[in-house]
Amino acid sequence: MSIQDYLEYVIIPILVLSELLVFIRFIKGPSVIDRVVALDLIVTIGIGIISIYSIITSRSNFLDIAMILALIAFLGTVAFSYYLEKRNKND
Amino acid sequence: MTNFFIILLSTAGALFSLLAAIGIIRMPDTYLRISVNTKAATLGVGLMLGSAAVFFQEFSVTTRVQAIIIFILLTAPVGAHLIGRTSYFTGNKLWKGSVIDDLKGKYDLKSHELKSDNADGKKKRRTKDSKQADF
Repeated sequence: MSIQDYLEYVIIPILVLSELLVFIRFIKGPSVIDRVVALDLIVTIGIGIISIYSIITSRSNFLDIAMILALIAFLGTVAFSYYLEKRNKND
Repeated sequence: MTNFFIILLSTAGALFSLLAAIGIIRMPDTYLRISVNTKAATLGVGLMLGSAAVFFQEFSVTTRVQAIIIFILLTAPVGAHLIGRTSYFTGNKLWKGSVIDDLKGKYDLKSHELKSDNADGKKKRRTKDSKQADF
């Protein structure tokens, strides 16, 4: 059993299961803030999936996309919190 | 030996990500969910990126992995603070088992400014807090 098989049949299912659990919170979340946090966590676990996938296919180019995703997740959280607070302030 | 380290790091990272997912679905409060997000997920993703660095063993990949890890470590607390502040202003209640609310009465809800406690006539609560802060 090579290391690619181990990653593909053990690690990736664990990560997919955790993505599904976070997605339940994303659907269910009582307030908007919970959904924003769940979206942030989905993107963060997606970075982990990309890094594992780059080991499986042995291509290091995917790590660039992981970097871009980390940046977009931070920008999304900042933008959501800024506009939600602003909306609350104007009321 | 390299394979052992890759398996160790990736397994630990995946388990931490799973713990973060279970935590975000089981925690009773928005603030506790924010805490789970910013702690466990950062460590899990860092370990998985470290396994990628061990696998490739190239200078370019290792620097890229270091850049991603440092970026996540810098931005996760900032994002968590911003979203927690917004959640406090939006009016999310704390969990009923939470012991203390340190920010109670310190935020001006109109101007969104943070004021210190001893600004005007709250010396009673101040002395009670200082007794707690002794140990």
